[in-house]
Amino acid sequence: MGSTRTTGVPTKLTQGSKTKGGIGESTLRPDGTLKVTGEFAYSSDMWHEDMLWGQTLRSTVAHAEIVSIDVSKALAMDGVYAVMTYDDLPAEMKNYGLEIQDTPVLAHGKVRHHGEPVALVAADHPETARRAAAKIVVEYKELPLITDEASATAPDAVLVHEGRTDSHMSHVPHPNIVHRQPIIRGNAAEAAKKADVIVKGEYTFGMQDQAFLGPESGLAVPAEDGGVDLYVATQWLHSDLEQIAPVLGLPEEKVRMTLSGVGGAFGGREDISMQIHACLLALRTGKPVKIVYNRFESFFGHVHRHPAKLTYEHGATKDGKLTHMKCRIVLDGGAYASASPAVVGNASSLSVGPYVIDDVEIEAIALYTNNPPCGAMRGFGAVQACFAYEAQMDKLAAKLGMDPVELRQLNAMEQGTLLPTGQVVDSPAPVAEILRRVKSRPLPPERQWESSEGADVRQLPGGLSNTTHGEGVVRGVGYAVGIKNVGFSEGFDDYSTAKVRMEVINGEPVATVHTAMAEVGQGGVTVHAQIARTELGVNQVTIHPADTQVGSAGSSSASRQTYVTGGAVKNSCELVREKVLEIGRRKFGSYHPAWATAELLLEGGKVVTDGGEVLADLVDVLEDESVEIEAEWRHRPTEPFDLKTGQGNGHVQYSFAAHRAVVEVDTELGLVKVIELAVAQDVGKALNPLSVLGQIQGGTTQGLGVAVMEEIIVDPKTAKVKNPSFTDYLIPTILDTPTIPVDVLELADEHAPYGLRGIGEAPTLSSTPAVLAAIRNATGLELNKTPVRPEHLTGT
Amino acid sequence: MDFLRPASWEEALAAKAEHPTAVPIAGGTDVMVEINFDHRRPEYLLDLNRVVELREWEVGEETVRLGASVPYTQIMEELRTELPGLALASHTVASPQIRNRGGVGGNLGTASPAGDAHPALLAAGCEVEVESVRGSRLIPIDDFYTGVKRNALAEDELIRAVHIKKADGPQQYSKVGTRNAMVIAVCAFGIALHPETRTVRTGIGSAAPTPIRAKVAEEFLNAALDEGGFWESKKIITPSIAKQFAELASGAANPIDDVRGTASYRRHAVGIMARRTLGWTWESYRGKGRSIEGVA
Repeated sequence: MGSTRTTGVPTKLTQGSKTKGGIGESTLRPDGTLKVTGEFAYSSDMWHEDMLWGQTLRSTVAHAEIVSIDVSKALAMDGVYAVMTYDDLPAEMKNYGLEIQDTPVLAHGKVRHHGEPVALVAADHPETARRAAAKIVVEYKELPLITDEASATAPDAVLVHEGRTDSHMSHVPHPNIVHRQPIIRGNAAEAAKKADVIVKGEYTFGMQDQAFLGPESGLAVPAEDGGVDLYVATQWLHSDLEQIAPVLGLPEEKVRMTLSGVGGAFGGREDISMQIHACLLALRTGKPVKIVYNRFESFFGHVHRHPAKLTYEHGATKDGKLTHMKCRIVLDGGAYASASPAVVGNASSLSVGPYVIDDVEIEAIALYTNNPPCGAMRGFGAVQACFAYEAQMDKLAAKLGMDPVELRQLNAMEQGTLLPTGQVVDSPAPVAEILRRVKSRPLPPERQWESSEGADVRQLPGGLSNTTHGEGVVRGVGYAVGIKNVGFSEGFDDYSTAKVRMEVINGEPVATVHTAMAEVGQGGVTVHAQIARTELGVNQVTIHPADTQVGSAGSSSASRQTYVTGGAVKNSCELVREKVLEIGRRKFGSYHPAWATAELLLEGGKVVTDGGEVLADLVDVLEDESVEIEAEWRHRPTEPFDLKTGQGNGHVQYSFAAHRAVVEVDTELGLVKVIELAVAQDVGKALNPLSVLGQIQGGTTQGLGVAVMEEIIVDPKTAKVKNPSFTDYLIPTILDTPTIPVDVLELADEHAPYGLRGIGEAPTLSSTPAVLAAIRNATGLELNKTPVRPEHLTGT
Repeated sequence: MDFLRPASWEEALAAKAEHPTAVPIAGGTDVMVEINFDHRRPEYLLDLNRVVELREWEVGEETVRLGASVPYTQIMEELRTELPGLALASHTVASPQIRNRGGVGGNLGTASPAGDAHPALLAAGCEVEVESVRGSRLIPIDDFYTGVKRNALAEDELIRAVHIKKADGPQQYSKVGTRNAMVIAVCAFGIALHPETRTVRTGIGSAAPTPIRAKVAEEFLNAALDEGGFWESKKIITPSIAKQFAELASGAANPIDDVRGTASYRRHAVGIMARRTLGWTWESYRGKGRSIEGVA
C-alpha cells in the first residue's frame, strides 16, 4: 500500500459499461428504504452503556459582558457529573473557526449573539442536565447592539471583535467588516454612457435556515490512551478534527472521528456545533457523553444563510445588449466569521450572473454584527446575488419592452466568455439553451382546481385552509437562470482521498472503498460503488464507514463531492486496476500476447481486451493477494482574487440551471400556490440519473421555501431570534411543492471526471427569483424582498 | 412531574379534585409542545387516555354530544353532515398524525385564540359540558372564553364533551396561514347559516385576545336578510350587504402584530374571509353551490 499524489489524471472513460450497477445507472441508495420507513439510525439514536447527557447553557441576550457565572447550584444537584465554563477549558487554544478562529468554545467575558454557548453540564439523565443548566446563574451587563451596516460602521461603533489579527483585517475598511471583495473590470461609468436605458434596484434577502431534519447530535467516548472517539453527524470530518484537537489539547491522532447517521446538512454542519462540547465533557468525566439538540436549540446551534442587502444598476442599449453593471452586496455575517470570507468571494465573483458584461464595478462585504452567525448554505452567496440580478433582468426587459427570456438569451454567457474576474469559461455554458427548454414546455392548464364536485382547494392558494374557491386568484409566470461555482475556490487546496482495495472473498472479486466523505443524504456512497464497479469490473463493492482513519475527503458542500471524492475514488480505482493488471501480466503474460499488446479492461469479474477477448478471471489473477491503494486527488488549482481588482482564475467549474415558475396568487389575501417549477440543468454526465433528479427537485424546493415562507426573524431592537421552531419557521410541505419537471442536459466538461458537473446547488439559485418573477407577473407589484409575505402582496 | 393515569372518568374527576393544578392531557398535541418549549412544567399531568367515553359521540335530535377526545380525523370522516363547519376546521388542523391524536377538548382546555376549532364552534353554537366531583354543568360557548388562554372552567373541573347544534344550514370555515397545509392560523373565520331561526352566526380566530363572534356584523346581516326577505326568496345577497358584513367582521377583530402577521393584515384578511364564506354558504343555501365545502 502506498500513498500517491496525482494531479489532473486524464478522465476519459476507458472502462466499458458491461458491468452491472456502474455509472449512468440509477442504482438505488442503501439508506433510502430505511429512511422512509423510519429505521435509519441517525446520530441522535446512538447509545452507550454508562453514558451521560450533555446540555449547553446559551446566552439569553445578544451582546453583553459576563459579569459573573455561578455554577454552584447546578453542581450540587444529584446526577450532575460536571459543569464547565470557559475557565475549565484544558488547552491554550480556546477558540475555533472554519477560517478565522474567532469563536470561543464557551463564552469568554462576553457574549456576542443570542444563544451563544456559555456553560456545559453533564448528567446521568437529559432532564437532570437541562434542569441543572437552568440553575446556572449568569449575570450580564448589556452592551450596545450592532445589527446592520449603519450601526456596524458608525464612527463610535462598538467593535464586535477587538484586536483582530486575521488575514482580512489589513484590507477591510472597518473592523466590523469581516471581508471585502471588489471586482473592477472595464469602465462602468464610461460604458453607462452607451446605455439607452438604466434600471436600478435595492433588494433584500431574508435569513434562511438549512432546517435539516436531524438536529445536531453525537457521542464522545473517552479512550484508554487519553484520547477520545467521537461519533457525529457532520459535513467534513477532517475540518472538524483540525478545530477539535487543539482545544482539547490533544494531537489529532488521539481524536478519532466516525461519521454517524446524518439527517441533512445543506451547509449547516460545516461549522462545529456540539463536537467539542461533548469531547470536553467526556474527557472531564471519563464517561461517554451524548449531546442531542432539540429543534429549538438547533436554530441556535448552527449558522444560517447570510441575509443580504443588494443594490444593483444595469444598463442596456435599446436592442437589449447589456452595457454595464454596478452592484454592492452587503451580507450580514453575524457575530462570528464562519464561512463569511468565502461567501463574500462567491457573491462578488458571481454577482454578474450568467451574462456577458464587459464593464462592471462590484463590491461585496460581510459584516460582523450581533445577529445570529451566518455561514454556509446551499448556494453560498450566489443565491442572494441571483435573486437580485434576475429581478433586474425582468425590470430591464419591461423597460425595453422586450421578452424577459429573450433579453437573457441575448446576453447569455457561453463557453469562451470572459468573466469579470478575467477568468475564461472553459467548458460548456448552455445558458441560452436551458432557458429555451423551460420556456418551450407547454404551460400547465388554467384553473386546475375546477372539478365537477366543486373547487379542489389543494390546487389553490391557501390549500386545505380553504381560503378561496377561485376568488381573487390570478396566474403568473416567471423565469430565472443562475450560475454557481463548483468546488472550493480562490486557491484553496481542494483535494480528496480515497482508499480502494481489491481482493477475492468467497470466490468472488470484491472492491472496498474507504473515504472520509460525509454522506449527508446526497447519495455519494451510491455513486462511489457505481464508480468502483465501472472501473474495476466487479459486482460486489463494500463502502467502508467514513472516518478519520483515511485522508480528508474535503467537505460535502459546494456541489463538489461527486466531482472531487468521486474523482479520488475513480483515480484510486485506476491505480488499483493498473496493479491488478501488473499481477496478471506477471502470472499469465506468457500465455497470451494480448497481455502485452492490447488495451486491457476489467469487466464482469474478468480481464478482457478492448476487443472483448477474455484473458483471465480476476479470481485467478488475485488468488489470495489483495491490492490496496490510498491516494489523494485534486482538480485543477485555482487562484485567489486580487484584493483590489478581483482579478484571478478563482473558480474550477460552473453549474447552470434555469427555472420557469407558474404560480396562482390570491391577490386579495396575498397567498401563493406554486403550480409548477420547470427546470433545465446541464449536469455534464449523470452518474446516477435518479439521484440527479432528487438533487434538482430538492434544491428547487429549498429555493421555493425562501421565496414564499422561510425566514428567521431577528428582532432589530434586541437581536434576538423570534421564531426558533417549526411552528413559526415554515418550510414547504408536500402541498406547497409543485410539479417539478426536470430537463437534464449532459454536456461533458472535459476537465472533470466522466465529464460530470456538480449539481446540488444550482437549482436552489434560480428557483427563488423565478417564483418571485411569477408573483410579480401575477400582481404587478415590485416585490424587492424575499420571502414574500401576505402583507407585501396586500399592502397591509 | 407526576403522571396521573385514572382508569375511569370518576377516577379522573377525583384526581383533578385532589390535584387542582394537574394539567389534563389527551392527544398531547398542545400540552407536549408547551412542555417541550419549556413554557410550562406542571407538577402533575392528568392522562385521560384510559377514559374511553371521552372518545365517543352521540348524535341526538338537536345536537351532537361530542366527547372531548374524539380525534379530528373522526370528526372529518364521520360527522361531516352534522358538523360541516367543524369538519372543515378539523381538516386544517396540523398534519394527519396530529389529527389522529388531537380533539376539541384540547382546543377548549388551552383556549388559545389560535385554536382551529373555536370559530366553527362559535358559529355553530354549542355548550361545553364540564364536570367535577361536585357535579356537571353546561357552559354556553359565548361565555366560555374568559381571557388570553383562559376559560370558564373551575380548577377542579374537566371537559367531558361539547354539545354542538346539528347543522340546519350551510356552514363554512376559512383559515389564513402562510403555508398551504400544516400551519398555525394567522387568522380564521367560521360562519353558519341557521335557516330555522333565520340567523347567521360567526366565529373569528387568532384576531383578538380570545376567539370571538363578529356580533355587530351578525346583527347587521340578520336584519338585512330579514328586511330584504332573502331567507324566503333565496335571492342573491346584494353586494353592498356582503361588503358591509365583511367590513363589520373586519372591525370586530382586535388583533396584534406578531411574528405570524401584522394586525392590519389580520383585520384585512378577516374581512375577505367573511365576504367569501358568506358567499359560499349563501350559494349553497340557494341550492346553487356545487358543494358546500372545498373538495380535499
